[in-house]
Formats: sequence, structure tokens, C-alpha cells
Amino acid sequence: MSTTSTKDHAELAGQFNADEKRVDWHDETLWWIRQKRDKAVNQLPEWELLRETASKIKEHGLSNLSNYLEEFEANAQANGITVHWAADAKEHNEIVHGIIKKHGVNRMVKSKSMLTEECHLNEYLTENGIEVVDSDLGERIVQLAKEPPSHIVLPCIHKKKEEIGDLFHEHLGTPAGVSDPQVLTETARQHLREVFLTRKIALTGVNFAVAETGEFVVCTNEGNADMGAHLSEVHIASMGIEKIIPKREHLGVFLRLLTRSATGQPITTYSSHYKKPRPGQEMHIVIVDNGRSVQLGRKDFRNSLKCIRCGACMNTCPVYRRSGGHSYHNAVSGPIGSILAPNLDMEKYADLPFASTLCGSCSNVCPVKIDIHDQLYKWRQVIVKAGYTTKAKTAGMKMMQWTLSSPGIYHAAGKAGRMVMKYAPFAVNNALNPWYKQRDMPKPPVESFDDWYKKNRGNK
Amino acid sequence: MSNREKILSAVRANQPELTALPEIGSLKSLADKANLLTQFTTVATNIGAKVFEVKSLAEVKTIIQNKFGAEKRVVSTIAELSDIADTKEYLGDLPVELADVELAILQSDLAVAENGAVWITEEQMGQRVLPFITQHLAVLVNTKNIVATMHDAYSSISITTQGFGAFVAGPSKTADIEQSLVIGAHGPRSMSLFLFNED
Repeated sequence: MSTTSTKDHAELAGQFNADEKRVDWHDETLWWIRQKRDKAVNQLPEWELLRETASKIKEHGLSNLSNYLEEFEANAQANGITVHWAADAKEHNEIVHGIIKKHGVNRMVKSKSMLTEECHLNEYLTENGIEVVDSDLGERIVQLAKEPPSHIVLPCIHKKKEEIGDLFHEHLGTPAGVSDPQVLTETARQHLREVFLTRKIALTGVNFAVAETGEFVVCTNEGNADMGAHLSEVHIASMGIEKIIPKREHLGVFLRLLTRSATGQPITTYSSHYKKPRPGQEMHIVIVDNGRSVQLGRKDFRNSLKCIRCGACMNTCPVYRRSGGHSYHNAVSGPIGSILAPNLDMEKYADLPFASTLCGSCSNVCPVKIDIHDQLYKWRQVIVKAGYTTKAKTAGMKMMQWTLSSPGIYHAAGKAGRMVMKYAPFAVNNALNPWYKQRDMPKPPVESFDDWYKKNRGNK
Repeated sequence: MSNREKILSAVRANQPELTALPEIGSLKSLADKANLLTQFTTVATNIGAKVFEVKSLAEVKTIIQNKFGAEKRVVSTIAELSDIADTKEYLGDLPVELADVELAILQSDLAVAENGAVWITEEQMGQRVLPFITQHLAVLVNTKNIVATMHDAYSSISITTQGFGAFVAGPSKTADIEQSLVIGAHGPRSMSLFLFNED
């Protein structure tokens, strides 16, 4: 578990950066999605009011969460839904496994749920002899590749269509060399239709859970959550405690924000409101804490629980776009993942709050106005104080402190740096200098500002 | 202590001081209420739906018969379409038995101009899986039921409604492979909207 045995963000980003063309493609594609978001957002003059309202609704919801959870539970039960409570990932997985076992089946279809990724449900069920098929196309692709999703909305954004074609050739029998997205999607449609029609149990995530009515809303473009749920005899929905919103009318606010922020669409194709099981069907909701109540108690970080998982902060992030989702080694990647993960394991994820330029673009696009870059900065203080930074970073910081604390040393160091870069550039332009990776070092200035000032203004 | 109590007491202990719930009424009044029909048609077309403005059910039938072959399975919750669609038998089927439905024709009493979505209730679906499992979906909408925004939409949906309902906006789609848009992911490959005007 120590930082030395786990590969950190910089190291994993280095691997991703080995293929420069792919990095450029990744960067440009995500930026294109960010631009689509801007286009959609600019059509609504009330956008900022919407964001502010959503943020305040979530703030209120978190301040009264215990009551809303109880209200939601009571209403869901009255609607005929069985409600389960899981304190952590292990309990969540055991509850789901228990429901599957009770029905005597050994396979299940699942739609997108980042919570089940967080809980490593697939691995747990597989170890217990249950086959799980992910039904979102992107998730099915990464499942076949035996990889985790690299983006919460676009799970296989790191993959090229030729690689997907190879996977489909190996697992789904498409002819070798086929990489047309239309053909590959049609193949997945046929393959997954068979799965939907033969699975008795379906698990979905939850986008919003309404305390007032006890219903939950699931949003997809593909229709996979609905295909699984309505064809199943047992529907299990997994949700974190923070998915609660007080009233049904609040859905209007969140559904207007969610997809515009995510992909620039005005709304997802399907926004399905599940309130009661179909006659003869069993419906379960598993409400999961897994560290969220702890985060709720962290004043500086509780706003992270407002997140509605749109992924806008990833699409806009200059670091995410160039380092790829897998470099964050956590179920939720990017800026939001970097403020959620340290709450789960501060040592394992100590590197993530540093995987940012603190440019603030994430906070600017966040539909619920989470102060993401401020929280990244604050996590750095917490992590350094707790002693979880690497030795190299600690030593570097000490050196900087020494240099910056004395004008004499600072000037000498500046001069030495300019000399080295001018007369011996090979001393910095080499693999030993992490700043040189995927970058050219800048041309050194001829003189420092201080020297220039002395020369030009010094005697005035 | 049960899990439930454990979680609730941890939440109770850690939740911040109660803040006020904001009013959302002002968002409703901001909406662009002009040209709802044009706005709805434009947005629905942009998200991949085909929009037909019709004068009568007979016109709907003609378009459907020209578009879809007579030999395929067509079902509908609209009783007046019983001459071109199964409006009864399929209700007794198991959900999986609807796998071969080619076209489902449903009615919606609520459409949203800002995003091209229509609200379909469980009753209007006949069977919950129908609007998703069908290869093609057609929905009839009275233009007087078009509202401006999602705020207006939720104002007009009864809170005590049925066990299931969905906003459906266009045909099913995915862009998971290299962000190339493909219509027809797991649900319908097309969505036709028949707009009529009746008081």
C-alpha cells in the first residue's frame, strides 16, 4: 500500500505519453467535447443561475442528509422496494451477492455504475462464481480488454477503434481488421441483446434519488439500463448516500445541467424514473456509505459530495487530457477523482492532488460549482502534513525552501541555472530531469529581471 | 447497531449546519416561451428524431405503412390504431416476448421544447420494456402539450404517478468508439414524432 510499491500518477502518465500521437488524439478529442459543452451552455442565458441553484440544493441536501435518507427509505419501501444499507464496499458486494444467491442464478447484466467500480463488485462476484456482463458499450469494451474505465462518461476514450476491432474479433467473432464504429456497435448490439434477454438479474447505477417520492432516476443514451432492468426478474440499484435530492422538481434543475455539461447534449436519450417494481418483479436499492460520511465531516472537502458525475472537469483538464484516465489509478479519475480518492486512502492516493496545474478550469465548468482546484490545493497541505509525500518531493521542497528563504542564495541559484542552460543544456535536457519529459526546456533569459532593473532603473 | 443506524448516525454527526433550500420558481419564468413548436421540432431533429406534422390519424397510418413493411410486428397503446397494430395481445406477453417488435406506436401528453424529449408514462408504454426493446419507436404528441423547459415539465407531471416513467429524447445512440456517433445502440434505431394539433 505504500507509495513506493504503487505506481504513481507521474509514472503512469509517463507510460501513456510514450505514444505521442495517441496523446494528441486524446487531448484533442476531449477538448472537442469540452467545446460542445460550451456551445450547449451558451444557449442558456440562465446557466449561471442554474449552477448556483444546483449547488445550493446539493448544499442543503447534504446539510439535512440523514433526514432525507430516512424519508427516501420510507417512501421507497412504501413503493414496494427493498432497501439495504452498506457501510463499505465489502458490505455492498456481499449484499448484491446475497440477492443473486437467493435467486439461485450465476450471472447478471449490469449497466454503468461508478459505485460498483469503486467497490470492485465485478472482481468480487467473479471470484464467487458469478458472471457479470457490463452492458454500456464503452464498459463492455474495457471489460473485454480486462481494464477499468478511464473516464466516468466515456469509459474507453483511451482506445483506438482498431484496438476495439481486435477485441471484437477475438471475443465476438467479427472478421479480422474490421474497425468501423457502425459495424462494431451493431455487433455489440446483437451480442448484448442476447444477454439482456437471458439474464434474470440486472444491476443499474442511480443518477438521482428523490427523497420526496422514493423514486430513482437513471440516465443513459444507449438504453442499456432500461433493457436490463425491464427484462429482469430482479432489479438491483446501487447508490451512494450523496445521490439524494430533496424533491422531484429538483430533477428539472439537475437534468438540465447534467448532459449539457457532460457531452453538450440537451438531455440524455433516456431519463428513466423508477418508482415501483413491475408486477411480479423484485426491486432492491443498496445505499452505500463507503467513506462518504467521513468526507461529509471534512469541512474543506465535503463539497466534493455534490458531484453529479458529468465528467466536465476531466474533459477540460490539461493534465487529464494529456495523461489519460488510467494514470489516476482510481475508479473516478481526473480532478474530481483526485479530491475524492484521498478520502478513501490518503497514502495510496497521495500523488493525485499533485496531478494538477491548479489552473481552475475544472471549477469553472463544474455544474454544481464544486471548488475543485481549491480542494486539490488543500489536499496537498493535508497530505504533506500527514507525511505521505514521496522522499524526492520532500527533499525538493526543502531545497526550494532553502533557496527561496535567502535572497543571496536565490540570486546565485538563478544565475547558475541560466549559465547551465546556456552553456551546458545537456545537463538539463536529459532523462534525469522530469521537466524535460515530453517537453523542450525553454530558452534561458539573457539576464534576470533584477539584473535588468539594476542596469536600466538602478540609478534613478 | 445495524448498518442503517451506523450510517445514519455517522451522517447525522458529520453533516453541516442546516442551510436553506433555494427557490426554483425564478428559473421557470426565465424560459423562452415563444415558438415552442419550432423550438421542439428543431431540437428533436438535431438529436436524431424524425418529425412529422400531421392533420389526422389517417395521415399517421399512411406514413407508417409507407415507412414500415406490413409483415413486421407492430404494436400500439393507441386503440384507434388497431387496424395497423396489435393493441391488445402483446399486453399479455412476457417482456422477453417483445424482442421481435419492429415498431411501437405510443402517445405522449408532455413534450419539452428545450431538449426534444417526450415524457412517456408506464400506462402509455403498455409494457415498460416496449419503448426500449422495439427496433423503431413512433410517438404521437399534441402540440398544445409542448412546454418550454424541464421545470415546466415537472410542474405538470403528477407526483403520485405510476411506477415508471421516462423522458425519451430521440433514438438510442452511442459514441463510445472514438466519439463516432452511431444511432441504434441497444434501443430503437429510429424515433418518429407525429405532431398534431387538437383542442
